[in-house]
Amino acid sequence: MSMGEHISKRNHTGLSSFVLVYLPPYARLLLWLLPLSFLVVAFFYPLSRILALTFDPKALTTANLLLASRVLLFTFTQAALSTFLTLLLGLPSALLFARYDFRGKSILRALTAVPFMLPTVVVAAGFSALLGPRGLLHSVFPLASFNFIGTLTAILIAHVFYNTTIIIRVVGNALSGLDPKLEQAARVLGADPSRVWWNVTLPLLRPALLASSLLVFLFDFTSFGVILLLGGSQFATLEVEIYLRILKLPNLPLAALLSVIQLSCTVIFSILYTRFSSRSTIQTAPRSADSNVRRAKTLREKIFVTSFILLLTAFFFLPLSALPFRSLFRLEADRGQRGEVQYGFTADYYTELFVNRRGSIFYVPPIQATVNSLGYASATAMISLLLGFPAAFALAKPTRFEKILDPLIMLPLGSSAVMLGLGFIISFGTWLTSPFLVPFAHTLIALPFVIRTLQPAIASIPQRLRQAASSLGASPWEVWKNIDLPILRRATLAAATFAFTVSLGEFGATLLISRPEYPTIPVAIERFLSQPGGLNYGQAMAMATILMVMTMTSILLIEKFRIPGSGEF
Amino acid sequence: MLDVHHIFKTYEGKLLLDDISFNVASGETVCLLGASGSGKSTLLRIIAGLEDPDSGFVSFHGQDLTLTPPHLRDFGLVFQDYALFPHLDVNENVAFGLKMRRLPPEEISERVGNSLEMVNLAEFADRRVTDLSGGEQQRVALARALATRPRLLMFDEPLGALDRTLRESLLNELRSILSQTKIPAIYVTHDQEEAFTIADRVLILHNGKIIRQGMPAEVWANPEFAFVATFLGLGNIFEGVIQGKTTNEGWKAETRYGVFTVQCEHKHGRGDRVQLLARPRVDPKETNVIRGTVSDVIFQQDRFKVSLDNGLYVYLPDAPKVGETIQVRVKVECLT
Repeated sequence: MSMGEHISKRNHTGLSSFVLVYLPPYARLLLWLLPLSFLVVAFFYPLSRILALTFDPKALTTANLLLASRVLLFTFTQAALSTFLTLLLGLPSALLFARYDFRGKSILRALTAVPFMLPTVVVAAGFSALLGPRGLLHSVFPLASFNFIGTLTAILIAHVFYNTTIIIRVVGNALSGLDPKLEQAARVLGADPSRVWWNVTLPLLRPALLASSLLVFLFDFTSFGVILLLGGSQFATLEVEIYLRILKLPNLPLAALLSVIQLSCTVIFSILYTRFSSRSTIQTAPRSADSNVRRAKTLREKIFVTSFILLLTAFFFLPLSALPFRSLFRLEADRGQRGEVQYGFTADYYTELFVNRRGSIFYVPPIQATVNSLGYASATAMISLLLGFPAAFALAKPTRFEKILDPLIMLPLGSSAVMLGLGFIISFGTWLTSPFLVPFAHTLIALPFVIRTLQPAIASIPQRLRQAASSLGASPWEVWKNIDLPILRRATLAAATFAFTVSLGEFGATLLISRPEYPTIPVAIERFLSQPGGLNYGQAMAMATILMVMTMTSILLIEKFRIPGSGEF
Repeated sequence: MLDVHHIFKTYEGKLLLDDISFNVASGETVCLLGASGSGKSTLLRIIAGLEDPDSGFVSFHGQDLTLTPPHLRDFGLVFQDYALFPHLDVNENVAFGLKMRRLPPEEISERVGNSLEMVNLAEFADRRVTDLSGGEQQRVALARALATRPRLLMFDEPLGALDRTLRESLLNELRSILSQTKIPAIYVTHDQEEAFTIADRVLILHNGKIIRQGMPAEVWANPEFAFVATFLGLGNIFEGVIQGKTTNEGWKAETRYGVFTVQCEHKHGRGDRVQLLARPRVDPKETNVIRGTVSDVIFQQDRFKVSLDNGLYVYLPDAPKVGETIQVRVKVECLT
C-alpha cells in the first residue's frame, strides 16, 4: 500500500477501524497497557506470592500433604458424584427439549437456566427455605425428622440444581443439530429405536456429552458457597479448606499449597474441556426443512414428557419460590419474643433490615449492605469496562502475539474466588482496612466476561460497513457515531450489566477481603444464616430475596442487550 | 408387489398427498416426478414407515404394513444428502444394516465387500466417510442400502447434490445395478431427464395427486395435461378458443399466435377454452404454422434454439439471423 492510499484511508474510515487496522505495533501496546498492568498487579503478583508461600518449609510437610490429598480426594468424589447426578437429570431433559414440543416449553427452559445465573448464597438460601430445619417443608411435616442442611445430599442436589442447564444446553444443541436423516437411515437399515439410540445417537453425542460433563465437573470441583452454606465445614473441599485455613484455623502456607493444587487441577480440566468442546461440533449434513421436534405420540412418550415436565417444574420452581415466600411468612418465634407467636404473613423481616439494633452483628442498619453492594457493583462495572474495552479492541483483530495473551486474560476465570481472596490478603494485607479492594477483586472475575461480550461485537462490525458509510459522505466522526456506536451500545450495556451482576453475587473473595463494617449482600446473608434466632433467619431470607430480584432483573437486561451468540464460553 | 392404497396426508393444514394409489411390480423401477414441495419425499417416508399417513395404507405381497415398524420392513432408502454415519468409516457404514440383522461376521465382511465392489469403492473400505467427495459418499450410501438386499429400494433425490457429469455417470451405474439385482425401486426426483433415464414407469405428482403415469416414451408423446407438458419442458404452451370442427375429426382453435387445427380427445363446443402445446421440433409434414421475428438464437450442440419476439421458441438445424422473420411448421396438440 502506498503512502497516499494509507493517508486517504486514514481520512475516510472510522476511528475504530483506524484503531483496529492501522495502529502501529507500539500503539497497540498502549491498548494493552491498562488491562495488562491490572492483571499483573491484581492477579499475577498475588499468584506469585501464593506460589512463593508453597515453597515455605511450613507448607510442604507430610501432615499438610496428607490433608491436601484427603481434601483433594473428597473434592474429586463430590464433583464426580454431582456430575453423574447432573447427567442423570440433564440427559433426559435435553432429550425432552430437543425432541418434543409441548406447551410452556420456552418458559420451562428459561426456568431451568435461572439457577446458573444466581449467586450461590441465593441458591443456598432457597434450599434452606424449602428443606432446612426452619424451612417450609418442616413446618408442613413437623414430625418428619430428616436432615437436609449439613448433608452431602444437600450439596449434590444444589449442584444438580445449578448445572443441569449446561447439559440441557450443550447436549440439547447437539441433539437438535443432528441430522434427523441419520436416525431415519438407521431405522430403515433395520435398527429398532433402542439400537438407534445406542449405535447412532449416543456415539454422535459423545463429544458434546464429554464437553458438557467436564464443564459441570469443573464448576462442581470449584464450588464454594453451596458447600460452605449447605454442607458446612465438615465437607471440606479444596475451596472450603482454603477458606478455613485463612479465617478459622489460620495456616497461610497450607492455604497456599491447597490453592496451587486447586489451580493446577482447574487448568488441566479447562484444557481438556477446550479440546473436547472444539471437537463437539460434529460435521452434519445441511439442515433439512423437516426437524425432529414433535408432540409426544405414543403412551410411553406421553408418560416420559409429562413426568419430566412435572419433575423439572417442581425441582426448579420450588426452591426459587420458597425463598420469597419464606421471607414474607413467619413460621417461628423471634428470639426473645414471648407469648403467642403470630404465624402468617409479615413484612417484619424487611422492615427489620432498616433498623440498627444494638448488639446486632453489624454496626449499621443491614440494608446498608444493599447500598454497599450497589456501590461495589457500579464501580466494578466501570473499572471492567475501562479495562475491557482496549483489550477487546485489540483482540477483535489480534496479532499472533496477542492471541497468546487471550488465554492469560481468561486465566482468572479458572482460578477460584477464594484463591483470589487469598492472593489479595497476602499481597495487599495492609490495605485490607479500606473498602476499595473489593471492586478490584470483582473486576478480576468480571473482566473475562466483559471482554468476551465486547470482542465479538467489535469484530462483527464489517469494515465494508464503515467504508460504505464514508463513501456515502460520512465523516470519520459520523461513521463512529452512526455505525460503531449503535452496534456497540448494546454490547457495552450487556457487558456492564454482566460485570454488575457478577459483583452483586460474588461470595468467595468478598467473604475474605470485605471489611465487617462494609458487608455486601451475600456476606450479610452468610452472617445472618450463621446466627441463631428466627429473626436473623428471616432477614437472611429477605436479603436473599432482594438479591435474587436484583440478579434476575440484571439477567433480563443482559438478555435484552446481548448480541445473540456472544458472551458464551 | 408393493401396493400403495389411497394415501392421504396433510402437513400444517395443507393437503400434501391426496388419495395416492400406485403399485410397483417385481423388478420394476418407478419414478415419482414432481416439483419440490409436491410431497414426493413424504410419500417415500410413508412407504418406509418413518411417517404415518392420515389414512390409507401400504402393502407388500398383499401384506398390510401399517403395523410394521420401519426397521422390520426390509426396505432400503437412499437420501439426497446421503445420511452417512459420520462416526463410522466406510466399512462400518455399509455393515450397519447387516449388524442390525445380527449376521455372522464372515457373512457381513463378504457382503460389505461385494456391495463396495458393486459401486466401485472396494479400495475405500477403511476411509472416513467425512473425507469422501459427494459422489463417493453417495456410492457408499448406495452400497449401504444394497448390502442388506432389501425387498424394495427407494431413492430420495439421490443425485440432487451432485454436478451434472457426475450425475450422468452415477445414473448409468445405478441403472445397471438395478437391472442386475432386479430389486424393485422407487426413484424420486424433480429432474425429468433423470426420471426418463432410469424409470420403467413415470408417475407425475402435482398438487398431491398423481396426474399422469406411464412409460417415459408414452408420457413424452402424450403429456395430456398442461402442467405435465410445462413441467417436462415439452414446448410452447398457450391457450386457445375452439371455433368449430374441421372436416377430419379435428378442431379449429383460435390463439394469439394464429388459428391451429388440433386433435382433442375430449368433446368440445364452440367457445371452449383449451390449452395447446406447440412442439418446438420443425416437421414439414405438419399443417400448423407458427411465425415470428427472431429475437435470440442459442447454440445447443446439434441444433439452434430460436426464440421469437412473440415468446414462442423452435429448434432449427441452421441459425437464422436475429431480426429475420421466419415461418415454420410444427406439431400442435390439445391438452387438458
